[in-house]
Amino acid sequence: MIAWLSQILVPLTVGYIVGFGLLSRRPVFDDFLAGAMSGLRTVGEILPTLIGLMAAVGVLRASGLLDAIARVLETPAAWLHFPKELIPLSLVRLVSNSAATGLALDLFTRYGPDSPVGMAASVLLSCTETVFYCLSMYFGSIHVGKTRYAVPGALFATGVGIAVSILLTC
Amino acid sequence: MLNYLWSGMLAAGLIWAAVFGRLGAVTQALLDSAREAVELGIGMLGVMAFWCGILEIGRRAGLIDWFTARMEPILDFLFPELGRRHPARQPIAVNMIANILGLGMAATPAGLEAMKQLAADAKVLEDGKSIATDSMCTFLILNISSLQLVPINMIAYRSQYGSVDAQAVIGPALLATFCSTAAAVLFCKLVHAKKAVRRW
Repeated sequence: MIAWLSQILVPLTVGYIVGFGLLSRRPVFDDFLAGAMSGLRTVGEILPTLIGLMAAVGVLRASGLLDAIARVLETPAAWLHFPKELIPLSLVRLVSNSAATGLALDLFTRYGPDSPVGMAASVLLSCTETVFYCLSMYFGSIHVGKTRYAVPGALFATGVGIAVSILLTC
Repeated sequence: MLNYLWSGMLAAGLIWAAVFGRLGAVTQALLDSAREAVELGIGMLGVMAFWCGILEIGRRAGLIDWFTARMEPILDFLFPELGRRHPARQPIAVNMIANILGLGMAATPAGLEAMKQLAADAKVLEDGKSIATDSMCTFLILNISSLQLVPINMIAYRSQYGSVDAQAVIGPALLATFCSTAAAVLFCKLVHAKKAVRRW
């Protein structure tokens, strides 16, 4: 049922909006072209941010620093009953969506998607966003220099999400 | 802040790699990631252009105004400093609806538009950079707290990796998303309350 719903969600949204436009007697294709053009410009505007950010994340991962931090965090994580298999995933989740997905799929292969670790990884990725990527993209797009309480707030919400996903599944 | 974050990430990675002799791998990663970003951008071009086009149809036909009107009470609660006629309200509403439905690629252009509209209220410093407004912080913290109801991608990955019950993730994910979003709202409200008390 849910799978079916999610399958028809995109066609339904597109069909509904285009149908609504037609019924309102709008030149729908002209409207579409104007919007699509602004979409292309938007991608062009955020592409430099993407390149800079992803290069920095790539350096951080390849240097082995993230793994080292994960190892250091194993001891305090154990006090909090935080499964050590999930430490790298939680850290990477903050900076890169594709890398976090890769780590989660790796956990699926090793422990199985229905194991406690696999379930925790599934829920963790579903209830969090790529914190620093989002902040840089949105703030970067309008040249904000002082981000005030956005970073602590985002990290707090993400921390709550991670804690709840582990409480629910492990 | 972004300047320090970005240069800090690069510097920490480079120094660590130099100490542990991984400079070759880091060079490779640097080039690969930059290429990967461009590939992601090219992939985004198609999807973003398509969704922006569809959303523009909805906007010009008045559909989005209708949805925004239904969202007014929520927007009033979350963004008390934005007046009813503020131009950022509409893209904020679109971004939230798209996020809730899991249409991430439709949410991004609306989110960027919302930031552009909010930027008009921001105080600009001498160096051309501006200071984030309360609305910007609330908007981004909420966005990052994840609003998506059904984790469609995750269900697909799970069934691909042989899960016997791929959809078992929906219940806990819904609860966890609710908690993280509640935490985000609570955080923003506490910060605003603190500021109000200080002013008083």
